[in-house]
Amino acid sequence: MRAPRWPVWLLVVLALVAELLPLPAAVQPLRPAWTTMLVIYWSLMWPGRFGVFSAFLVGLLVDVAHGSLLGQHALSLSLVAYLVLRLHLQMRVFPLWQLTLSVFALMFLEAFVLLWIDGATGRAEFGPARWGPVVAAGLFWPILMAAMDRLRERLERRDSSFA
Amino acid sequence: MALSSADSEGRAYRNASPSLRFFLAGACSLALMFLDHRGTYLEQVRAYLGSAIYPLRVAINSPAAGARWMRENMALRERLITENATLRREALANSAELQRLAALQAENARFRALLDSRTRVPDRVVVGEILAVDMDPLRHRVSLNKGGRDGAYEGQALIDASGVVGQITRDQQDSSEALLVTDPDHAVPVEIVRNGLRTIAMGTGDLERLSLPFLTRNADIKAGDLLVTSGLGGAFPAGYPVGTVTTVDGSSGDAFLEVAAKPAASLDRLHEVLLVFQQRGAVATPAGGSASAAPAAAATPKAEPIKPTATAPAPAPAPPAAVLPAEPAATTPGPSVEEPPPAVTTPVVEPAPNEETAPVIAPTETSVPAPTTEAAPPPDAAAGAASPGTGQEGATE
Repeated sequence: MRAPRWPVWLLVVLALVAELLPLPAAVQPLRPAWTTMLVIYWSLMWPGRFGVFSAFLVGLLVDVAHGSLLGQHALSLSLVAYLVLRLHLQMRVFPLWQLTLSVFALMFLEAFVLLWIDGATGRAEFGPARWGPVVAAGLFWPILMAAMDRLRERLERRDSSFA
Repeated sequence: MALSSADSEGRAYRNASPSLRFFLAGACSLALMFLDHRGTYLEQVRAYLGSAIYPLRVAINSPAAGARWMRENMALRERLITENATLRREALANSAELQRLAALQAENARFRALLDSRTRVPDRVVVGEILAVDMDPLRHRVSLNKGGRDGAYEGQALIDASGVVGQITRDQQDSSEALLVTDPDHAVPVEIVRNGLRTIAMGTGDLERLSLPFLTRNADIKAGDLLVTSGLGGAFPAGYPVGTVTTVDGSSGDAFLEVAAKPAASLDRLHEVLLVFQQRGAVATPAGGSASAAPAAAATPKAEPIKPTATAPAPAPAPPAAVLPAEPAATTPGPSVEEPPPAVTTPVVEPAPNEETAPVIAPTETSVPAPTTEAAPPPDAAAGAASPGTGQEGATE
């Protein structure tokens, strides 16, 4: 029996909610991009079952929820998942601080892709709302990683293919 | 740790070529972006996806809505009594104002009849609620709980108690997305109440600031001037306050002034907004959308002199705007006739500065040697087709 995948998608929906929740304007720029962090984590840890296409779907959901250009986040998240898949064997043996740094780099790259698409469609904007989520994601990564590890171990314990 | 087995899985996955998958996903998303940016092919898809995500937005909104409900229900009796008293006083004052307004309006209609120009028909409004959902942090967008099923349409103007809020950009059946006037992509045709000078107010990305970039150095504008919608472009009905000019800066060596204005609507505290149904727009829009509205409005004046009622669509009682101009004698701005869209019709709201500042507008309207009084729409319709474009261009530069 394989570990069920639905908890991951439930987490994705929760991450979307967390990204849409109204926050005071002062902390709004520091709202971490939860969906991107989830995509990084699960494509890092379950590369066989959460890959480029899953990231693409998550990206479409994000686009619809945020009302951004359809396909924008789909592209950036597919790229992130692809890079993680290519590098996951190296990344997994990184110590936490190094892993956090590489997550930071990936998030930065994603923000840059989004900025690039925004620029191509005529609305490039720099500022805290663009780079705040990247910084926040770097700060929140260790916490997210610890929580996700516990969940993943529970899921894998029920899974014969991981035994 | 289950690393070893996952590794083998990873290797198996690598054989299945993530590069190919990424290539496919990238091509798909590029195609989607192109279609979404360049055309209206994806409107339907977006509408469906949007209604799929609507429950999520409602769920997110619910704590805020619950808190408001609690506040309203747990309010102390004394507070309710005082609030009731103030509201009653305000209602009294407002109805006194309204009486005066009715007289002014009748007078205005008479004058307009004398000038042979079109009578302004009161706009119909529907109250919509803004969901407490943070959308894309880089844009000034909000999500409304009224959509196409309630008669809302793309391009529809939104106002609140104190001024223009924005317009609907995406209709998703039960909900819709709107762009605020302060979004960098947004532009409103405005005029200065004091002298009728017309220009365009663009959003800046700052909730407290609009900019008026197209005023030459000799333009007659100063801090404190009230800006109202000019009605050109057709998207916004004329006469609603947009903002007040805060600073006028001519110190840069530019050919244009740097003028900033503060939006009239309190955009950071929005909860309820009014969706304005323009009577002229109501002829075509409830069924179609902004795209179909423009041609319909443009076609009307051509056919008008021959058979005035033929251009009105199926619902027999043609909206007042289409009928009234045909016979200038009967220009009483009667109680607005309620038409097809089965939306909740709240009391008719009047644009406040109704007297349409004369010097600039009136000559253009009267000087057109039109067959009938329907002369006004063509410039409106033409500008209507042009103005969203100008807004975009301004933003892209």
